[in-house]
Amino acid sequence: MTPLVSIVGAAETDELGKLPGMSAIELAAQATRNALADAGLTTGDVDGIASAELSPVDLADYLGVRPSWVDTTSVGGCSYLAHVRHAAAAIAAGQATTIVVAHGESGRSRVGQPPWRHTPGGLVEQFEGPYGVVGPVSTFTLGALRYMRTYGVTPEKLAAVAVAQRRWAELTPRALRRKPLTVDDVLSSRMVVYPFHLPECCLVTDGGGALVLVSPQRCRDFPKRAVQVVAAAEAYDSPTAAGLADLTSSPVFARSSAAAFAAAGLSPADIDHLMIYDAFAHLPLFGLEDLGFVERGGAADFVADWRTAPGGTLPLNTNGGGLSYTHTGMYGMFAIQESVRQLRGEAAAQLERVETSFVQGVGGGTFTAGASLVLCRDS
Amino acid sequence: MSGKPVPVATPETQPFWDGCQLRLLRIQWCDRCQQHFFYPRVACPACGSPASVRWVDASGRATLYSYVISQLPAPGYEPPFIIAIVQLAEGPRMLTNLVGIDADPGVLTLDMPLEVDFEPRGEMAVPVFRPSTASAA
Repeated sequence: MTPLVSIVGAAETDELGKLPGMSAIELAAQATRNALADAGLTTGDVDGIASAELSPVDLADYLGVRPSWVDTTSVGGCSYLAHVRHAAAAIAAGQATTIVVAHGESGRSRVGQPPWRHTPGGLVEQFEGPYGVVGPVSTFTLGALRYMRTYGVTPEKLAAVAVAQRRWAELTPRALRRKPLTVDDVLSSRMVVYPFHLPECCLVTDGGGALVLVSPQRCRDFPKRAVQVVAAAEAYDSPTAAGLADLTSSPVFARSSAAAFAAAGLSPADIDHLMIYDAFAHLPLFGLEDLGFVERGGAADFVADWRTAPGGTLPLNTNGGGLSYTHTGMYGMFAIQESVRQLRGEAAAQLERVETSFVQGVGGGTFTAGASLVLCRDS
Repeated sequence: MSGKPVPVATPETQPFWDGCQLRLLRIQWCDRCQQHFFYPRVACPACGSPASVRWVDASGRATLYSYVISQLPAPGYEPPFIIAIVQLAEGPRMLTNLVGIDADPGVLTLDMPLEVDFEPRGEMAVPVFRPSTASAA
């Protein structure tokens, strides 16, 4: 597999969680400094910056960088996966040599954090916003009951998603929620939007992460063994929940993952480690099916049999995910970070053998954007 | 219904919102594709043609595709309340609220028949859905 681009630096902010002493831009900047240090580089080496809600031009100036390439793609939590794809193309085209993809979000403390986008007369604002929708929690969740009824998924099995991921978080000191969790604990927790209890909804935290990307031709010039991006894909669908063709699966999961697998020449059987963006507990279930790891309707049994939990055959969301590790609002960066750690052998819940990792992101108020990365150890 | 969001129309969507004030659920039909679509826009999203699109009055009949019961505070709403995706008899789906039925999973059955109603919002009105009063669906 010929790499598209190489990840030679990767890091998160020093801390994750509730960080009222840091603004969104400083979260991104600290993560960038940490990632550059990880790569043995300084800000003077950077000629391209990508970030989503936060302007990469602002971030560049704050860091003292004068870039000749930026990417402002902001399509929700999978934006950073899309940035990796765009950066790979830019580096291959000679538009930049050293690109930082940065995320910083004061999602909990909301210090220097832009408000949720609201466009009067916008599509979502006109046709879905007026119905008591208060964010993705109101709309991402809408298909779950249909899915549960279609495939006979019980509340206990939906709860098992949160429990399986908590088992990974128990092994992860940086995870925000580490207390052991049972299915009964989930089902006796506060209902947020039926059928989702509090542990079945993502955390809301402050934090950041950054990646340093270079051409594969340069990837051996850095202190750590590179992580190779061997395939990347994106897919986009309706920003409206009612506009999605199916709410018992995610068409963008299916489209972007199929394109990424095809580009990599790999299939799910070739993947050692999997990250699926888990803003809500049904997303890993949809992802397992849409990506082709489990047959349609079989994901809830698969997870409830602890096949994705520590000791299982398919390690999934091994940092604890958005449900237990951290979720700033645009979680995709943290999913990539965990894949990089696993491939480098640096993860808290380190797996024994990881040659390939698949990262599936999603973005928007529902399954609007999807992006996939296939990552490998440098051979 | 003070306090609930008042939608802001655009020139292209104004006929839909004008319909709501007349208690008409106006959606669009493409003569070329022989199908309805929603939300309103100038050209058919299936074939891209503006010429083949016309407004039609939907029957107002729908079925419950899926829903959540929100326990979260929202402007003008008293939790718990129902946010639903309904499937119009004509085909398209809409996000809406269910009214005239308890926010209780015990009485909310997927695929139950529904009919449109209209809820005033300032100078506007928005379509909501209630259990069908027709005898046999």
